[in-house]
Amino acid sequence: MTTTFLEHVRSRLAVHELRPGNGHPLLILHGLGECSPSAIPGIVQGWKGPIFALDFTGHGASTVPVAGGYTCEALMSDADAVLAEIGPATLLGYGLGGYVGLLLFGSRPTEIKGLIIMDGPGLDGGGGRPTSPMLVQVSQSDLDGSAPDPWALAELASDIRPPSYATDHVRQIQALSGMDTAVVVACLGRPEWLTATLESPVVVESDVTAALLTFSSI
Amino acid sequence: MSTEVDVVRSSLPKAQRPDRSRRVDVGGIEVSVVEWGDETSQPILLAHGGFDFAGTWDLFAPLLADQGFRVVAWDQRGHGDSDMAPLYTWEADMRDAAHVIESLETSDPIPVLGHSKGGGMMNQLAEVLPHRVSAVINLDGIPNERGFSNQIDRSDVNALAAELSGWLDHRRRAGQMNRRADTIEGLAERRQLMNPRLSMEWLQYLVTVGARCDHDGWRWKIDPTMRFGPSGAWRPEWAIPRLRGLRVPYLGVIGTVKEEMGWGTTPEEAFPILPEGAEFHALADTGHFVHIERPEYVAEITVEFLGRSL
Repeated sequence: MTTTFLEHVRSRLAVHELRPGNGHPLLILHGLGECSPSAIPGIVQGWKGPIFALDFTGHGASTVPVAGGYTCEALMSDADAVLAEIGPATLLGYGLGGYVGLLLFGSRPTEIKGLIIMDGPGLDGGGGRPTSPMLVQVSQSDLDGSAPDPWALAELASDIRPPSYATDHVRQIQALSGMDTAVVVACLGRPEWLTATLESPVVVESDVTAALLTFSSI
Repeated sequence: MSTEVDVVRSSLPKAQRPDRSRRVDVGGIEVSVVEWGDETSQPILLAHGGFDFAGTWDLFAPLLADQGFRVVAWDQRGHGDSDMAPLYTWEADMRDAAHVIESLETSDPIPVLGHSKGGGMMNQLAEVLPHRVSAVINLDGIPNERGFSNQIDRSDVNALAAELSGWLDHRRRAGQMNRRADTIEGLAERRQLMNPRLSMEWLQYLVTVGARCDHDGWRWKIDPTMRFGPSGAWRPEWAIPRLRGLRVPYLGVIGTVKEEMGWGTTPEEAFPILPEGAEFHALADTGHFVHIERPEYVAEITVEFLGRSL
């Protein structure tokens, strides 16, 4: 495994190349509170291209910022910084990483070669509609600068994910990616935002092995 | 202070810099807190709008201080003299506001006043910390069902593609960015594009308090990594059903001339959603910056309202 660091906005992002290869890259996006796997997950052993994994801001070996303020859009821009380095890639997102991957695909529809959404921490966020607003707080004694950042855990477990926000991004994918099957839902979880995306013909339910095979040949 | 700054400020003799300033730790970064008026007077908290700073209260705050208030304002993270933050969200701004209230070292509830984004924040503060808020004054920060006035049509694929990729492109460059340096007049003219109803004298004054003078010119003290959009998951209209639930005295003031930076809420939309018993003023011939266009009148109705409410 080779790790490189990208300076992005105010973060130093750790990007791990788990394995080199021939073909377009696979980029793994981890779930909330997780970090990149140190070994290649069994399910992607057959992938021919290089395999990369990103540690989001506040996670793994990337910068743990002070004073919170996490959004899925900021993490989307972390993943976009990796795209700028490695070029068009297929995304494999776990939990939070699946949602972030969907936002990124909708924002860079010609630079993503398919997204696979897997179960994992942070798939739901704070639900599809606002509930009672509260001041999200973290105990000062928990803030020792180590990852995962408690602010990330608190804020990204409570961020609102309206179904229409997810479907706005899917509409962009459908209109601009040129792909017939663009997003594969390979998870059991069905938060509101994810159920809403399944109404698009470019989002299909399938298993991860078939999806990787389809996307690797693009 | 340089002569140039003196000359610019002398054209607005009613504007007053704060009497005191201090810094408050909000969990690893510091925000700048400023105050006008006697320290032993009744405190009132002022929250500025997005891409503004506490100096935008220099005309309005002294009028409240003259009426016996300790006027407390802060620069939101990334704005004015506060630290730039690694990350920005509405929720983090709300926490920072709570830290500023905490720094007043009183457990008595206090009146809060906000303009635009600051008005939206104070609406929410009264809901999440009802025991700390004794009255809300909202200056042109009342939501409507249509969202922000400058919001794009999200069903327009090309417009949304431009917004989303534009935001990411900005982030790719943001780490190396610096705000453009210019003369006082140049910065004021650029700001007038977004604030077309405000006088050149005021905009130039704002440069002297909201920008810093570097060796190559003046730069706004606003974190260059911040940018409007992408329009995001948060919707102003989410606040609508919550306003009716507030149990504190409430004063709503809106301008009736639509502007780029405003929310475009009409009097017909605003009044019905305010809390029961709210006082409401829709100001004729006034744009989004009601406290800058008509400081004396807005201060007068604020003081009268607080006189009846507190």
